Amino acid sequence: MSQYFDLTRRKFLKSSATVGALVLGTCFVGAAPRVMAGILQKPSASAKEANLFVALRPDGIVEITCHRSEMGQQIRTAIAQIVADEMEASWDKVVVIQGKGDLKYGDQNTDGSRSIRYNMQRLREMGASVRYLMRQAAATRWGVSLDSCSAQQHIVSHSSGKTLTYAELVNDVLTITPPETDKVPLKKRSEWRYINTAMEHIDLKDIVTGKAIFAADVLEPKALIAMVIRPPVVGGKVKSFDAKAAKAIDGVVDVVEIPAPQGAPFFQPKGGIAIVAKNTWAAMKGRKALTVAWDDGKNGDYNSETFKKSLLATVASSQSSVRSIGDAESILAKDSDKLVADYYAPHLAQAPMEPPCATAMYYKDHVDVWAATQNPQADMQTVGAMLGMPKEKINVHVTMLGGGFGRKSKPDFSAEAAYLSMKTGQPIRVQWTREDDIQHGFYHAVSAQHIEASLDKNGAIQAYLHRTAFSPITSTFQEGATKAGSFELRLGFTDNPINTPNMKLENGEAPAKARIGWMRSVSNIFHAFAIQSFIAEAAHKAGRDQKDYLLETIGPDRILDVTEQHADYDNYGGDKSVYPLDIARLRHVIEKVADMSKWGRKLPKGRGLGIAAHRSFLSYIATVIEVEVSEKGDLKIIKSWSSIDAGTVVNTDTVINQVQGGSIYGLTAAISDGITFDKGRVQQSNFHDYRVPRMSDSPLEIDVEIVQSDAPPAGVGEPPTPVYAPALCNAIFAACGKRIRQLPIGDQLKA
Amino acid sequence: MITFTVNDETREFSGDPTTPVLWYLRDEMQLTGPKFGCGMGLCGACTIHLNGVAQRSCILPISAISGSKITTIEGLSKDGEHPVQQAWVEHKVPQCGFCQCGQMMQAASLLASNQTPSDEEIVQGMSGNICRCGTYPRIHKAIKSASKTIAGVEYYVPEKAGEKV
Ligand code: FES
Ligand code: FES
Repeated sequence: MSQYFDLTRRKFLKSSATVGALVLGTCFVGAAPRVMAGILQKPSASAKEANLFVALRPDGIVEITCHRSEMGQQIRTAIAQIVADEMEASWDKVVVIQGKGDLKYGDQNTDGSRSIRYNMQRLREMGASVRYLMRQAAATRWGVSLDSCSAQQHIVSHSSGKTLTYAELVNDVLTITPPETDKVPLKKRSEWRYINTAMEHIDLKDIVTGKAIFAADVLEPKALIAMVIRPPVVGGKVKSFDAKAAKAIDGVVDVVEIPAPQGAPFFQPKGGIAIVAKNTWAAMKGRKALTVAWDDGKNGDYNSETFKKSLLATVASSQSSVRSIGDAESILAKDSDKLVADYYAPHLAQAPMEPPCATAMYYKDHVDVWAATQNPQADMQTVGAMLGMPKEKINVHVTMLGGGFGRKSKPDFSAEAAYLSMKTGQPIRVQWTREDDIQHGFYHAVSAQHIEASLDKNGAIQAYLHRTAFSPITSTFQEGATKAGSFELRLGFTDNPINTPNMKLENGEAPAKARIGWMRSVSNIFHAFAIQSFIAEAAHKAGRDQKDYLLETIGPDRILDVTEQHADYDNYGGDKSVYPLDIARLRHVIEKVADMSKWGRKLPKGRGLGIAAHRSFLSYIATVIEVEVSEKGDLKIIKSWSSIDAGTVVNTDTVINQVQGGSIYGLTAAISDGITFDKGRVQQSNFHDYRVPRMSDSPLEIDVEIVQSDAPPAGVGEPPTPVYAPALCNAIFAACGKRIRQLPIGDQLKA
Repeated sequence: MITFTVNDETREFSGDPTTPVLWYLRDEMQLTGPKFGCGMGLCGACTIHLNGVAQRSCILPISAISGSKITTIEGLSKDGEHPVQQAWVEHKVPQCGFCQCGQMMQAASLLASNQTPSDEEIVQGMSGNICRCGTYPRIHKAIKSASKTIAGVEYYVPEKAGEKV
């Protein structure tokens, strides 16, 4: 049976013209008809546009389509948990089908920690609709009332004791008018059996036996392998190249130039020369043998040291206002004892364990792409634009992702594969090496921040000024853009939780001389680093305990609406009446993690505890880290603790795993080397000079507690990351008195 | 002609002797358990066993394996019965899973040479394997669990890899 549903072979029997209506149909994938259920999104939508599907086969197997990409967050399991729970499906009869790129699903962009937030309600409705239909079908067959029939674990039972399995009811259901989804009762929370449990994830067995299929593991079609040598400088072009030696290498079949991108980067390939070969080793050798002369273009002068100075100069003077209350400037102007600090953090590369990779097969009227992509609809768009084909003609099959972290929401690699397939007429797999990944990425922005605060006689912050400047993501979509989008500023800057009558937040412009992109939690990383470090610095100045001072600084329980302070804030797209910025929840995780870590206990010399708390992606998290710093300045992380309030959670073990992993990912900012440029070129190339956390860098214990909450679901994948570097630097200060304001830590502890 | 075994199967190779074993396994044999993560021996995603000992297949030229026994994750056990694989399930170690074949091959080799590694020995033995998803605390715990069950494992003895046991 084909892995994927094919809409053209599906016949819907019923459809309703109202939004949220359940759609039923039969589907003939293979031989057997099956019950299909989906929900219409738009009033005008036809049944064919129903956005999600659950299919019940006559053998009782339930196929649940996951339209989001799997990259370790176990979304495939979570979606199945939600649908199967409401449907009362027996877990051993559940199969997850990976959805292709298709506009009918609505948003498929697996980033922003929002797969559950966006989908939980409609998935519940769909599952509940099927359960309802099963009961109705049984009631009709038996000639009894609906209320006397209940459904549990793939079986409908009548109060008299007779039963029918879901499989036995498949054909009956096809004659029933589907209910309006808002008429279908959802389970009560107390009735959930899969949601909010630690169920084992469905791909675990395949992963531990090596059977999970990542992008480079796609064996059909049998593709030629391409490696691309790309312009080392963004905006650079091929001046000339000599492919003679490369072509002479056994196994090399073709050398193809990929055109330079036009205008703003978007997700276009960088251009360059591709070596197409019969196998990977030949492609690698061919690429080495190729000589290319480059025209570097206007970014050939990019130097990180110089750029750092210009960013720090920008934040040293007044910039455009992002949020303002009271009159921070005049209080600060008068305070000769104010606390002033500059923070700096370099570019980072996401460096997912699986380097970018995609296979493409070009046909005259369509293209098939198999890719490790976070957003197959972006592949449709990018590939379509590159090939001059409508995006609907690009079939994107989503493989498992060996990590994404934002890198794989930018499918330049898929467009390379599709272009090369078009040029050669062959199926092509483009394999990026680690060097390609480190040197040709969409980087986490380099940033500088300047903060000043005036403390009153009790040590409380009475005036606060904070300026941020970073190469903005807007530059990826708009050539030469230097202004950050509010979508970047709202990530931990605009929504600063400090409770003070006088606050001024400003943003300075900065150019981008590299491609800038999202990395797990994005600008929350450097904003939380600066704010949470600064609060600890202020605590020290005020002679207060860091945790107590943090609680006092964010102030009493209340709802903070920053739009009342002249700020442009969209709250991660979440309705502020449903997802308000609730200081009580932030306070709660701080208090909770203080308990977990036994905050305030006496520690041996050289040890210290640090704390940081932050709200991002509508979730609240606080983390405490215990470190040891030796006399020589060697750092060891002993343990960390986190308390997370993400509202309703689907898989408790996944949440814990994400917090543990997101913590270690956050360590990257503190201990990696950062990405630096000289003459427009990235100076790092692989894991020897772009170091990432290893087991020897990581705590072996990360205790996580989830706040049990009925609040609507919020983000999980990203929130654990931003708090980690500031909690670590605060712990380092507690251990040895050394304050880190510039990342990475490097040898600052050795001085 | 270079002769060796892969997961008990005898193989012959007459191509470029500098070809890294990783690409032979992946491209020629369609054994996709060993992954490509760095190509420089820095991440461990490509880890296999050479005569029972963990090796980075991305920097191991095929000329070096003449007469040797290669084991990949596909040959570690029939269907995930190896104590390391079972411990990985028990502790739900994987996130994305991309590094995990390499991690498990490394761990199996570590435990074959030292059935009761200390906390520090586990850290030393495993720090050549990167996991960008950050599953290190779970990997550490899973190895401790596996070390309790590994004694007396009959279906796979790394130092006898390739021999029927
Ligand atoms: S791919 Fe071999 S060590 Fe990284
Ligand atoms: S589980 Fe994703 S890299 Fe290790």
